[in-house]
Amino acid sequence: MSPAPLLSLVILVPWAGALLLACLPRLGAQACRALALAFSLSTLALSLALLGGFDCASTGYQFVERHGWIASLNVDYHLGLDGLSLLLVILTGLLAPAGLLASWRRASEPRFFGLLFLVLQGAALGVFLALDFFHWFIFWELSLIPVYFLIKLWGGPGAARAAYQFVIYTMGGSAFLLLGFVAIFAATGTLDFEQLARLGADGALGAKLAALGGFWPQAVFLGVFLGLAVKVPLFPFHTWLPPAYAEAPIGVSMFLTGVMSKMGVYGFLRILWPLFPAPLHAAAVPLLWMALGGAVLGAFAAMRQSDLKRMVAYSSVNHVSYCLLALFAVSAATGRAGLSSAASAAALSGTLLQMFNHGLSAGALFYCVGVLEARSGGLRGLGDFGGVRSAAPVFAGLCGIAMFSSIGLPGLNGFVGEFLIFRGVWGLAPWAASVACLGLFATAFFLLTFWQRVFHGPRSGAARGGFADVAGLDLAVLAPLVALMLVLGVLPQLLTGLFNPLVTSWASHLPLP
Amino acid sequence: MSFDYAGLFYAFGPEAALVLGALAVLGLDLTLFRRRTPGERLRLALWVASLAVLAAGVHVWRSGTPGPVYGGVLILDHLAVATRLGVLVLTLLTLGVARGAVVPRQPAEYVAVMLFASTGLLLMAAAQQLLLVFLALELASLSLYVIAGFDRSRPDSAEAGLKYFLFGGMAAAFLLFGFSLIYGVTGSIELPQIAAQLAVQGSNPLLSIALVMVLVGFGFKTAAAPFHLWAPDVYQGAPAPSAALVASASKLAGFTLFTRLLWPGLSAAAGSVSSFRAAPGWLPAVAVIAAASLLLGNLVALAQSNIRRLLAYSAIAHSGAMLLGVMAAGRAGPAPLFYYASTYGLATVGAFGVISAVERGGRCESISDLAGLHRRSPLLAACLAVFILSLAGIPPLAGFFGKFTVFAAAIRLGGIAAPAGALAVLAIALSAVALYYYLIVLKQALVAPPAADAPPIKVPPATALALVAAAGLIVWFGLSPGQLLGLF
Amino acid sequence: MSLLPWSIYLSLAGALASLAFGARSARAARWIALLTAGGAWALTLLAATRFVPGPGLQTLVDLPWVPSMGVRYHLAADGISLTLLVLTGLASTAGVLFSWNVRERAGEFFALFLTLVAGVYGVFLSADALLFFAFYEIAIVPKYFLIAIWGSTNREYGAMKLALYSFAGSAMVLAGLLWVYAAGGGHGFGFADLAQAAATLSRHQQIVVFAFVFFGFATLAGIFPLHTWAPTGHVAAPTAASMLLAGVVMKLGAYGCLRVALPLSPVGFAYWQTPIAWLAVTGIVYAGLVALVQADLKFVIGYSSVSHMGFVMLGLAAANFQAVGGAVLQMFSHGVIAGLLFAVVGRMVYDRTHTRQLAELRAMPLHRLMPFAAAVFVIAGIASMGLPGFSGFPAELTILVGAWKAAPAWAAAAALGVLVAAAFTLRAIALGFFGSTGAPLPAGAGHAAPMEPITLAEKLGALLLVGATVLVGIKPDILLNWINPALQSPLLQSVLKGGAP
Repeated sequence: MSPAPLLSLVILVPWAGALLLACLPRLGAQACRALALAFSLSTLALSLALLGGFDCASTGYQFVERHGWIASLNVDYHLGLDGLSLLLVILTGLLAPAGLLASWRRASEPRFFGLLFLVLQGAALGVFLALDFFHWFIFWELSLIPVYFLIKLWGGPGAARAAYQFVIYTMGGSAFLLLGFVAIFAATGTLDFEQLARLGADGALGAKLAALGGFWPQAVFLGVFLGLAVKVPLFPFHTWLPPAYAEAPIGVSMFLTGVMSKMGVYGFLRILWPLFPAPLHAAAVPLLWMALGGAVLGAFAAMRQSDLKRMVAYSSVNHVSYCLLALFAVSAATGRAGLSSAASAAALSGTLLQMFNHGLSAGALFYCVGVLEARSGGLRGLGDFGGVRSAAPVFAGLCGIAMFSSIGLPGLNGFVGEFLIFRGVWGLAPWAASVACLGLFATAFFLLTFWQRVFHGPRSGAARGGFADVAGLDLAVLAPLVALMLVLGVLPQLLTGLFNPLVTSWASHLPLP
Repeated sequence: MSFDYAGLFYAFGPEAALVLGALAVLGLDLTLFRRRTPGERLRLALWVASLAVLAAGVHVWRSGTPGPVYGGVLILDHLAVATRLGVLVLTLLTLGVARGAVVPRQPAEYVAVMLFASTGLLLMAAAQQLLLVFLALELASLSLYVIAGFDRSRPDSAEAGLKYFLFGGMAAAFLLFGFSLIYGVTGSIELPQIAAQLAVQGSNPLLSIALVMVLVGFGFKTAAAPFHLWAPDVYQGAPAPSAALVASASKLAGFTLFTRLLWPGLSAAAGSVSSFRAAPGWLPAVAVIAAASLLLGNLVALAQSNIRRLLAYSAIAHSGAMLLGVMAAGRAGPAPLFYYASTYGLATVGAFGVISAVERGGRCESISDLAGLHRRSPLLAACLAVFILSLAGIPPLAGFFGKFTVFAAAIRLGGIAAPAGALAVLAIALSAVALYYYLIVLKQALVAPPAADAPPIKVPPATALALVAAAGLIVWFGLSPGQLLGLF
Repeated sequence: MSLLPWSIYLSLAGALASLAFGARSARAARWIALLTAGGAWALTLLAATRFVPGPGLQTLVDLPWVPSMGVRYHLAADGISLTLLVLTGLASTAGVLFSWNVRERAGEFFALFLTLVAGVYGVFLSADALLFFAFYEIAIVPKYFLIAIWGSTNREYGAMKLALYSFAGSAMVLAGLLWVYAAGGGHGFGFADLAQAAATLSRHQQIVVFAFVFFGFATLAGIFPLHTWAPTGHVAAPTAASMLLAGVVMKLGAYGCLRVALPLSPVGFAYWQTPIAWLAVTGIVYAGLVALVQADLKFVIGYSSVSHMGFVMLGLAAANFQAVGGAVLQMFSHGVIAGLLFAVVGRMVYDRTHTRQLAELRAMPLHRLMPFAAAVFVIAGIASMGLPGFSGFPAELTILVGAWKAAPAWAAAAALGVLVAAAFTLRAIALGFFGSTGAPLPAGAGHAAPMEPITLAEKLGALLLVGATVLVGIKPDILLNWINPALQSPLLQSVLKGGAP
């Protein structure tokens, strides 16, 4: 136990900021924005402190805080950090202020906007840090409410419906998740992830659930699975995503794609896989097909979009599906003779890297679309622009780097993650890797189309009458993100160093079905 | 048979007080009060009458329960004394109500006949010999016919009096014939001897006929279906204080009389209602009458728009419930029945009192004439609420415990599957129906705004006192039912 | 603890005082009502601080009442009663605060309100079945008049339907109680006496008796399909009455099921357990679906109350330790949340906009005109959805765990209800408060005058209720520490099977 409750602070400081904004109704617009940004940056600052104290070699939870809370339900207030969580906390620390800055000038009622955004940030951090289902679920569900209002009140014309659909879809999944955990609690008497992981590893959880008889044990697995799958989203539970991402204001889209989708993948890694290794293994092949569907079909759907925002949204489906592809491949191959743990380690490392890198690149891409939209007075179709490169070369350069990172060009951060994933999956389930390559081709295709149509060629559309280059605020957002993309592309060890021991221990202690 | 004349005269003390009071009222009116206005004459007559009633009451209280008197012609047991006190209280309250009612044309005669009716009712409570029973019944009934038809300015009243008289006369004839048959079968007109004889003898077709006749008389007196046809018209047409007396004291005395007749007297021929394969007797017949009264009274009341007719049909329904008390009196004693009947009487007197007060200031025929009573007279509205809710059986008012004790006693006879138990369940179910029409009345009185031309109502202090006293007694007996139940 | 019966007497005294002084001054009536309700609540809280949780009912008053019938004036309390007593105090105090603007016949309004509150306190404190029943019926008449005189939509019909359904339910209970009482030889109406008497009946008879008593009480709890009085009645009622009716009075029915019906005949309960559970689940889902299509905002909340009470009935039906504890917690939680929802819709919105139709509210940007009300409604809405962090979540979680242990199918079906609740609540929030968005404030949209600001009384009331739901949501142990020991009582143990905490 570290002396200062750093993890609680990480979650509570943004919420304190939200409370402050709520209690100061007469604060000026600029002051509100500044206050929100300051509290949002606190996460980054605190994560640096965490980095400083983090022991990369240990695979257990660090900075653990554990207090008794609800004795009658056997629930403790349990927070903990390992490599996976640290990665995601840093990601949140980067993307949240970026999202706030993205909507800096565009959001009317900045006090309310900032308030909601800070609540969302705190909730997302809570999801990554909580280790007992009771408060994990609090944070999981609580994140929905600010998103609903952020989309509905500041979004595009179809925002009301998109927001409603998003919340209902996700809450539907959550209802199943809740039911699954109800069953788990009924069978084991605990909601603590650490304890449940131990029970899952030695098969005790499976045995207790099997005592239910009938189809109920599978139903429990499916329930937890559904709740997490909707969040990621995994094909075919992804239909809420394109409208929500497209209608949301830019900053919110950035946060949604960068952080919220990772909440789902985190759930798979932290909850589903440790607790249900056997059912996951049994269902791995259909799940692989679902992940492939997301990767391939998502990319092909992006190809057909003319709305740039929807294009990036579908591309998100594609990229996140790669993470799950790796996980399912590892699970599918578990227990097979001659399994190389190197392949599993590669796949899992790739997953974690991809989570972080996709957050950066997708966030940056959404921001660039936002810039295009703002400069052109609301247009964001593929055909509405042309030759932007000549009008705004810096912008083109930054956007280009983000795009190529998303494609997976070697030398940029996106490459490492995707490479490791493919290398691992090839070693575990070669056929899946082959099919997934289609997704790579399609991604390259539409992103290059984007690059070519919007940035190259003669000036046309919105770029005709002068297109101001990025400066000041936009630069403040894009430059750090792009810089990280470059740095992490060349020095991925900066990230992998955080979680290598963890991944290695996962790969070598694969739970046998 | 010992001829203890002293005891007899002492036992007749209350009746004597009332008769003397009536004579005093008539005499004083004829001499001293001749020149006064009808209103003043009414007031003075009421004062004298009240004094007489109070004197009678004191006498009853002080003489206690000596038991059989004059060789068993009268019996002054707990039931008799309690009923006498109940009748006197109700009469006093009725006199208070009369103070606030429309002034009759001959006020002194009106009051005097009321006192005669009370006399008959007092006798009914204590009679234990068939001839005396008949005498008391007729004295009371004839007086009630007269005051029912007293208001000659309205055809309704004349119709009420006539109908009451015709029905009553027929019922009396039936009753007398039944009594003579009983005498023929058992050779005695004293109830204890009759009981002893019947216990020894077996069943007898003549006895069955006698029972039917007696039940006809009983049904008429208590307004039980199918002998109820007089009730709606009488309740509607008679002047309000008369209706009050008919509905309250007369019912109380009637039930006491017939309970005494049936249970100690004819108990051998009772039969049983403890199971459906019952022994025949008058109990199953009473059960049928009770069911008919409950159903008819509650269901037809739903359709009424005239407040007095509604009270009449509700009276029929209450009779049905009280008949359950009669059925249970064999095993549970008269306590539940007495409690129910006396508190029902209090509520009814009160309800008619409110109606008569409203009538004085305008008309009060249909339920909507009560609209806005809460604004026209908060006192009347509050009292009406207490009375109606007691009739509906809402705790903590006395009506609730009345129903509860009677139903509990009935169910204890043979469990819930027995006829008595089933009747109790029927009664409980119908009480929900009853709540509907009672709430309709209260809705008009407490919720609806007053009609534009409806003036505020001034209630004379005596009437107000009577209404508040009735309401207070209802609340008191509801909070502490042991006071009445413990008398037996 | 021995001060608890004074909550009843204080409320009655306050009712009389309000009637007496309210005729002259509405202000006097209000303050009398606030002091009375607040005072009674303070008594319950005081008792709570000194409460020592234990398995049995702790007797407060035990006097003979009607000796010839064996009826006793017996008041007692345990953890379950205490939870509900505190809820009553909270809901009644908040209700008075939200009725601060009642001007017409204010004395009578508060007198009826306080009489109702007194009846409710009496029910929760009764340990004699007939006394229980008497207080239960005392509560019926004030309900009728509160709705019929001060209500809104369709008030006379709504009032009559509510009163008659309640009375019919209580009539069924009376029939059942009398039956058992008679079978026991007329010894008395204590819960243990009745259970003993019921055991002497045949199995078939016990099944019928249980049905009478349980469904009689369940009518007031709004079990499907006997629930139709609830939305109509609650919509017709004035705000404070809706808060109390949906928040507390419906719990009287569930409490009756728990305290009187369940221990009465374990044999009968075993027979009826599965049908009751399915009726409860049907109620949860059906009422939720009906709420989804309502055009009147208050009807949405009325139906949502039926849906939430379904959870309570499911918990009782599952009849294990967890489920019943969760049911009592849900009674408290829903009492607070329903109070909050009705307060916002009735007092904050309707009194100002004079409309509750979602189509009309949609056109007004209410979240700009009434940000406080919008915020409170959003909080109440997400609490109602069962979102973690508020009292609904631990309650529904515990009920689901208990239901799962009894029969997984019940829990799965009930979880569906959670989703439906999210859908209709979100719809209500979106249409009601956030209808027209993005567009600037239209000039004179829908009404000319600017909205009357939210008064201090309303803010205070809202704060009390929000505070309660958040407190219990974060630390449900406050209540569970009272409830769980109470479930160990021998009477309840005969019905509850298994499920250690």
